[in-house]
Amino acid sequence: MIPFSPGDLLAILPELIVMGVGCLLLVIDPLTAEDRKERLVYISLAALAVAFIAQYWLLGLRRPVFSGLYVLDPYGTFWKLLLILVAGLVILLAKAHLKLEAIDLGEFNAFILLSLSGMMVMVSGRDLLVIYLGLELMSISLYIMAGFKRFERRSMEASAKYFILGSLSSGILLYGISLLYGRTGSTMLSGIKAGLAGLPPHDPILLLAMILLVVGFGFKVSAVPFHMWTPDVYEGAPTSVTAYLAVASKAASFAAFVRVFMEALGGVKANWQVLLLIVSIATMVLGNVVAIVQTNIKRMLAYSSIAHAGYALIGLVVADAAGVAGVMLYLALYAFMTLGAFTVVTMLRKGGLEGDEIEDFTGLARRNKWAALLMLLFMISLTGIPPTAGFIGKLYIFMAAVGAHLTWLAVLAVIFAAVSAYFYLRIIMVMYMREPGETAGTPGHNVRIVASPAIIAVLLVAAAGVLVLGIFPDPLVKAAQSAILP
Amino acid sequence: MVPLSYYMVLSAIVFLTGFVGVLIRRNIIILLLSIELMLNATNINFVAFSHYLNDVSGQVFVFFTLTVAAAEVAVGLAIIIALYRGKATVNVEDLNLMKW
Amino acid sequence: MTPDAVPQNYLPIVIILFAAAAFAIVSLLAGMLVRPSRPYQAKLAPYESGAPIFSDARSRIPMRYYVIAMLFVIFDIETVFLYPWAVVFKELGLFGLIEMLVFLAILIVGYFYAWKKGALEWD
Repeated sequence: MIPFSPGDLLAILPELIVMGVGCLLLVIDPLTAEDRKERLVYISLAALAVAFIAQYWLLGLRRPVFSGLYVLDPYGTFWKLLLILVAGLVILLAKAHLKLEAIDLGEFNAFILLSLSGMMVMVSGRDLLVIYLGLELMSISLYIMAGFKRFERRSMEASAKYFILGSLSSGILLYGISLLYGRTGSTMLSGIKAGLAGLPPHDPILLLAMILLVVGFGFKVSAVPFHMWTPDVYEGAPTSVTAYLAVASKAASFAAFVRVFMEALGGVKANWQVLLLIVSIATMVLGNVVAIVQTNIKRMLAYSSIAHAGYALIGLVVADAAGVAGVMLYLALYAFMTLGAFTVVTMLRKGGLEGDEIEDFTGLARRNKWAALLMLLFMISLTGIPPTAGFIGKLYIFMAAVGAHLTWLAVLAVIFAAVSAYFYLRIIMVMYMREPGETAGTPGHNVRIVASPAIIAVLLVAAAGVLVLGIFPDPLVKAAQSAILP
Repeated sequence: MVPLSYYMVLSAIVFLTGFVGVLIRRNIIILLLSIELMLNATNINFVAFSHYLNDVSGQVFVFFTLTVAAAEVAVGLAIIIALYRGKATVNVEDLNLMKW
Repeated sequence: MTPDAVPQNYLPIVIILFAAAAFAIVSLLAGMLVRPSRPYQAKLAPYESGAPIFSDARSRIPMRYYVIAMLFVIFDIETVFLYPWAVVFKELGLFGLIEMLVFLAILIVGYFYAWKKGALEWD
């Protein structure tokens, strides 16, 4: 007989809501008339609100679900609250943006909810099978979403590249899982931990499995040298999808990455710390240096997101309570600033297209001082200058590194944060120091700002997150510190 | 009884064939086939380990891998069709609008 | 059992392999030596059914088939779960039945969507 209790269903209530409404949207989307598609947006927003409340209600609880395959714990709850919030903001952003780009709203909302449910499963699975299924549900939805601008070739190209490299990486991850299973006799994280105790620490198959897992998760969080898909996909995908990719998929992948490595492989830390240290340094260096030469803002933000993955990885290299809390805090704060930056990008229109070149920002301060001011705020925060959220995120990560006697790594990271100031501040300079072009062919000519209530709401939430959490980070810091893995 | 290492060598060969296929072939449909090959290599591993360890969870994993692989193929085919309609090509070297 | 024992275990399979190959070669050779050979056009056609050949068999397949293949792959794979479920149906009881109904309901959502979006239309 199957051990099952109704309490298990209650513990996954938020997941059930998101998944159920996602399927429901697929049913009602074809039945809804073209001019009533906005209703689907409100249905999905309502579902996310209910899921958020349900998840909040489960805050602080800790219990194994479905005989330990799944878990309800503060760590998962922290990530799920963040992911639901991000998904809600992306839906609001997309409501205005997709209408401009003439993309079907109904399918988009359904895919946001389906991929969100994948992410939620992924962050709270305690069995590699469950984590893998969540990861695939997320990735497959995202492959489709990257190609939502079907008539634009760049979008299709992004989708194809993301699909091939993404499924390659999950194949590698799966092979790593199979080796780990063969060596430890279990796919449950606790079982793997127990199985590892009886093995020699330098078991070659175990080392290979670990490397393959690093490759698989490294692809998903876009760490160097597995980052090649990131700039192309971020550039080609519709900007609201890019925002979702850069924030939600990265956060969920980090959550699973940290859980697998801390819970299952925590006993053999010394084996993977060096590996991740190298990956982390390479990611920071390459992300920050290559971002300097970019001319497309989405591509620049892609390299910036690679660099931020490098900073966040420091928390996993440290691999103690402070490090894990640092990763959680970093990605939560990173979510607000990146989402905000991409939202400003969606507002810039050049003719019928999106103004996604950096020179389209020329003289933005003259055209629309609010948009320029917000972009300034997000750029400062991405650089990591106080009193913004970006500074707090970096501070806690670097403190964790110093606490683990990796001061040199923290110093290196600070140096590359200084390098990053070059390309973030360049945007500010272009916006404030230059006049917008008046004649055709000059930079900044023919760019207009499109704002709608939904976009303004997203911008306000993002800006408030960046500023308020930058000045009063205490509640979030406490939340992250109380939600670390046991 | 065939020893476990035979299965592991077989699966490693199949996996590497798929991996190298993804790296060097240029037709997206062949890439799709190569990725399938990689997933099937893991299935060999799972079933062999499952038999060897006398533990059923490896076989359960294979069921789910098969399903996920099917979903991936379906989405992959859809993306290839859309790509073909837009560009009339299935060659990855023609995916060159974005570089660096 | 030691690894050395492996080749002997495969011996029956090798014998069957050779026997099968030998049977095929011998019967084809025997037929070739015994039968009279008087070929003409209709006899050399791939199908001796009387239907005329209208094009090369290696023509390109319309893209429409890809959509069918996609749907087939999705709905075909559900049997992977239906078979094991059917085997232990009695032990799982009502709980298993409900689980399977939920699973099928999700599949039907996909089917409904494909249908309404026109993926099942041929033209």
